[in-house]
Amino acid sequence: MGRYVARRLLLTIPVLLGASFLIFAMVYALPGDPIRALAGDRPVSPAVVQVLTERFHLSDPLWVQYWEYLKGLFSGDLGTDFRGRPVLDTIVRTLPVTVKLTVVAVLFEIVIGIVAGVLAGIRRNSFFDNFVLVSTTLVVSIPILVLAFLTQLLFGLKLGWFPIAGTREGLYSYVLPGLVLASGSLAYVARLTRTSIAENMRADYVRTARAKGLPQRTVIVRHMLRNSLIPVVTFIGADIGALLGGAIVTETVFNLPGIGREVFDSVKAQEGAVVVGIVTLMVFFFIFFNLIVDVLYAVLDPRIRYD
Amino acid sequence: MNTSTGSLESHSPLEPAAGVGPVLEVDDLHVEFRTRSSVVNAVNGISYAVHQGETLAILGESGSGKSVSAQAIMGILDVPPAVITGGGIRFQGRDMLTMDEEDQRKIRGPGISMIFQDALSALNPVYSVGFQIGEMFRAHRGTSRKEAKQHAIELMDRVRIPAAARRVNDYPHQFSGGMRQRVMIAMALALDPRILIADEPTTALDVTVQAQVMDLLKDLQRDTGMGLVLITHDLGVVNEVADRVAVMYAGKIVETGTVDDVFTRPAHPYTLGLMNSIPQVEAKGGRLNPIVGQPPNLSAIPSGCSFHPRCPRARTGAAAAPGRDCVGDVPPLRLVVPGREAACHYSEEVLGV
Repeated sequence: MGRYVARRLLLTIPVLLGASFLIFAMVYALPGDPIRALAGDRPVSPAVVQVLTERFHLSDPLWVQYWEYLKGLFSGDLGTDFRGRPVLDTIVRTLPVTVKLTVVAVLFEIVIGIVAGVLAGIRRNSFFDNFVLVSTTLVVSIPILVLAFLTQLLFGLKLGWFPIAGTREGLYSYVLPGLVLASGSLAYVARLTRTSIAENMRADYVRTARAKGLPQRTVIVRHMLRNSLIPVVTFIGADIGALLGGAIVTETVFNLPGIGREVFDSVKAQEGAVVVGIVTLMVFFFIFFNLIVDVLYAVLDPRIRYD
Repeated sequence: MNTSTGSLESHSPLEPAAGVGPVLEVDDLHVEFRTRSSVVNAVNGISYAVHQGETLAILGESGSGKSVSAQAIMGILDVPPAVITGGGIRFQGRDMLTMDEEDQRKIRGPGISMIFQDALSALNPVYSVGFQIGEMFRAHRGTSRKEAKQHAIELMDRVRIPAAARRVNDYPHQFSGGMRQRVMIAMALALDPRILIADEPTTALDVTVQAQVMDLLKDLQRDTGMGLVLITHDLGVVNEVADRVAVMYAGKIVETGTVDDVFTRPAHPYTLGLMNSIPQVEAKGGRLNPIVGQPPNLSAIPSGCSFHPRCPRARTGAAAAPGRDCVGDVPPLRLVVPGREAACHYSEEVLGV
């Protein structure tokens, strides 16, 4: 197991290098002039243009720019944006917001998704089961952008139950965006749990557990739920990696200053260093949580071995 | 024998209601499976009794109802679709079907225990075998986890799993088929049950391992004095291990008696057909001698004797004796010769008496 993890961690290095280069190239290929974008409508003196161009190697070819970036990276310097603020500071400022949002979303997935899935799976074809099937289909078929605006309008503006945007009300501000962000995965978790439970209910080892005279609770919790939740736990693990990087729409609509919105703003402003830094971080999260899931899978199911 | 339970109130469902009688009695048991489109009559009134230390083999082809009746005894039928529509199951004189759920549960394990055909799927893949054996002690006796594991090691030793102490933390998939079945046996025997139901315990194993597992079961039975219900379609296994045999066809017992009697002189044409279908060494190269036709469809069991469409001796209309029309009259399970019961109108002819 240890060797497997070490090998997987080593493999992340070329993946991260490749990913960062691709992102770098895409930002480089963007049309328009970042200095003009920075200045907006104000006039810029040629002297300023020249200083900025030299400092950020803007006139150099792609390879040189990327090499300069990498050199900085290995000395722990993620570069600065055009205003001279270190990218690292931007990440430190915005990441906690995204982490909080992800935690809230994952809690929704676990609590609502798993509970709904378990109940639907145990009482198949009941009213509740059908309700879960219909509502999850509905949620999955609505694009997250539409869902975000709809909930913002209904629960934020019309009913006034939740803050419309921003983070002024602490964790409570994260409830509505968290729910929106979780919605798709939540529906998937509910369905996955339902199917898995329904399958395991008829498993031979559950029959054995009953034949052993174990109390009903033990049969359900120890022999049915434990086995059924293995695919669900691994899905949620992988989803954390995806949520940490995929919150661009939700953070922008609800005006949460997390890394998703920062990337969106930076793309608009052609802030190459910021985009590359943050997106590479997102890629890292994704790879890292997938590794966690693979390890977790082996822990939960002794039949899986990586040695 | 079957005294009213009112006078013998006791706290444990494991205490016998009456003195010495059969440990397990099945009385006119009926089980149906109800699906949206049809009703499958899986078990249609079977009765048998198992005494202490006795081995009863229940012999039948797939779909004859032998496993379903065992699952009804263990209370592990999937209800619905399965419904027990009639009859009684008495453990030490007490009817399990009228007991409350909790009392029934207390019998499973220390009273009646069961081993299944496919140990790989019958054991939970995510728990160690020691944990799964130990669960019996923890659930029924409140034993601590540590002590339960100690008991598990002893049991694994007893079913002759080599290096039990080292293997107690291994998972089911790490064992060979024969060793896995031994784990199942250890688990079933953990609480010294009075009755062990073995549902095709050796069908999934290769022949040499089959013999070892059957020998083990026999030895364990001798040591503990438990009654053994052996469900199988393997005539060889029945011949080696069982005292008595009940032959099932279409959810009914069609013949019962001691193994020697039934095997040497069948009183039912179905049993006779089974015996004739055994390949003979002398007939090497010759044609096999199967029972013609198909097993019955359990949602449309043939009228009269359910075996009549396949029976070479079936008589109907003018050829039949009055009240003994194989197509119209259901043959009751009756005493044909002392110690032998058969459900055929013409058993005497089959026997040649």
